[in-house]
Amino acid sequence: MAATQPNLTSVDQATLRSAVSSSSRPGRPGPLDASVTMAWRALLKIKHVPMQLFDVTLFPIMMTLMFTFLFGGALAGSVGEYVQFLIPGIFVMTIAMITMYTGHALNTDIAKGIFDRFRSLPFWRPAVLVGMLLGDMVRYTLAGMVVIVLGFIIGFRPDGGVIGVLLSLILVLIFAFSLSWAWTVLGLLLPTPESTMMVSSMVSFPLTFATNIYVDPATMPEWLQVVVNLNPITHVVTAVRGLMSGTATADQIGLVFLSCAVLIAIFAPLTMYLYSNKGSR
Amino acid sequence: MTAVKHAIDVKGLRKSYGKTEVLKGIDLEVKRGSLVALLGPNGAGKTTTIRILATLLKPDSGSVQIFGQDVVKEPDAARQRVSLTGQFASVDEDLTGLENLMLVARLLGFSWKQAKTRSTELLAAFGLTEAADRQVKKYSGGMRRRLDIAASIVISPEILFLDEPTTGLDPRSRRQVWDIVRTLLQTGTTILLTTQYLEEADQLADRIVVIDHGAVIADGTSGELKKSVGSGTVRLRLQQAEQRPEAEQILARALGVPIHLEKDQTSLSAQISDPDLASAALSLLVDAGIAFTDFSLGQPSLDEVFLALTGESLDEEETSTEQEIA
Ligand SMILES: Nc1ncnc2c1ncn2[C@@H]1O[C@H](COP(=O)(O)OP(=O)(O)O)[C@@H](O)[C@H]1O
Ligand SMILES: [Mg+2]
Repeated sequence: MAATQPNLTSVDQATLRSAVSSSSRPGRPGPLDASVTMAWRALLKIKHVPMQLFDVTLFPIMMTLMFTFLFGGALAGSVGEYVQFLIPGIFVMTIAMITMYTGHALNTDIAKGIFDRFRSLPFWRPAVLVGMLLGDMVRYTLAGMVVIVLGFIIGFRPDGGVIGVLLSLILVLIFAFSLSWAWTVLGLLLPTPESTMMVSSMVSFPLTFATNIYVDPATMPEWLQVVVNLNPITHVVTAVRGLMSGTATADQIGLVFLSCAVLIAIFAPLTMYLYSNKGSR
Repeated sequence: MTAVKHAIDVKGLRKSYGKTEVLKGIDLEVKRGSLVALLGPNGAGKTTTIRILATLLKPDSGSVQIFGQDVVKEPDAARQRVSLTGQFASVDEDLTGLENLMLVARLLGFSWKQAKTRSTELLAAFGLTEAADRQVKKYSGGMRRRLDIAASIVISPEILFLDEPTTGLDPRSRRQVWDIVRTLLQTGTTILLTTQYLEEADQLADRIVVIDHGAVIADGTSGELKKSVGSGTVRLRLQQAEQRPEAEQILARALGVPIHLEKDQTSLSAQISDPDLASAALSLLVDAGIAFTDFSLGQPSLDEVFLALTGESLDEEETSTEQEIA
């Protein structure tokens, strides 16, 4: 009976044997190499699941139009004037808000088996996160461009010109990278992708609204002014307004870099600690 | 003797989650180049054990050595020599098969070009060439499992851990995975696999370690395990059903053990400890004029082994309340 049985397997023994016998053992990849590879994975995911670009295109459109036309007249007297003030703010806010998906993405990854694979390979651990964050830069850039283009259409004319806009983008990307580490902490602490999303939104709203994005803080009660001035996003908005109007000062930019350094100093080690202990207890 | 290091050497491995003791002191040795099956029902502690060995989980106490090296103290050193195919596929569902393998190859230090070459080679070896550019979420269970194993051997590991590699697979896919496992073994890979299937352990393993409720309850070759239960099972089929009561009497006297009457009215079976008794019993039957059409002296199944070891069947969840007397 066994003799008449067809060969059930589609696995080719000879090829398999030679593939298994291969003894090539390259050395460990360097930190940069591993991070670039993880960024490549993030880009592939965008390619295969383009739906995830929806939130980075529709959300900025919604925010820009809503705030300009809904509040513009009331807040600044005229829409035309308000656009000059608002677009740099919306630009920062949009990207800052999108960073919160980072925690969600990380949590989803952990829930899936691929996380175990990464953990069992002997490469530089932070590369998983650094790569993911680098991949996100593409999403942030896209979202930022949507805001600027739409802003241009409705009358935004930055005095800082193309250079000012480009420098703003770079500055915001650096900030977004730094802020992401806070979201990865949440992604590692919370049990499910859903709860991560919920808590992230709850943190994200006050973080973006208690700022100078929509109105001048001078109109706010004093305690709120204190909060607003401590909020790193306020400093980014100020610096970006400066860059886009060609009036940025070194102090403004310096404050942003300081905020970035503080964010990374606190949250990156915390993330790495939580990451290496995740699931190992 | 002391110079010979086992591929895997585990002593007194313990692990608790809160107050639940999941591993109660596991001892395990795996010889270089051999395949040991960790056999046990759901919840026995197989995954916990294997995750500790693969450096994904820290034990509460006990020692784990891979080729004499301490895994808990030097996880990175171990990670270079071992590889794990987990119970649930560790692949990225959104990516294609090729991309998945390239990702792993890159993270192991291959250049982009080498990564592509190696991945293509592995896809061919695992019969996945046609599916190379398809997203893994569109793969069947068997294909996913094969890709997962392929990802585990991008660099041929010295030790491969396979956690329930065939659970949930159809018979054909199971056969394919078995073929892969045998080939890996032939090329010198040491393999520790877990399974709930007795047949799988019987088919593949040099040695079987049976665990239940976090403790090792038996350890030996499939043959040794069976011997510990009794050397085997005698089965007889009579020509005439009406002669069965007489045959039962004669056999009971000759073998000195209880005789099972099978459902089909003509068959009998008995667990015996001494195979020589069987031939004596048979000649007594012939003398009494009882004719039989079929006779076999076989080893007990691993199901029977498990039943004898734990007092409970693998399929049942209930714990037996007897025992404890000896
Ligand atoms: N993270 C965990 N927290 C609490 N209990 C766990 C955890 N992981 C496993 N267990 C428990 O440990 C026992 C053994 O689990 P496991 O090693 O997965 O068994 P197996 O792989 O043999 O089915 C089970 O009772 C399971 O519920
Ligand atoms: Mg398991």
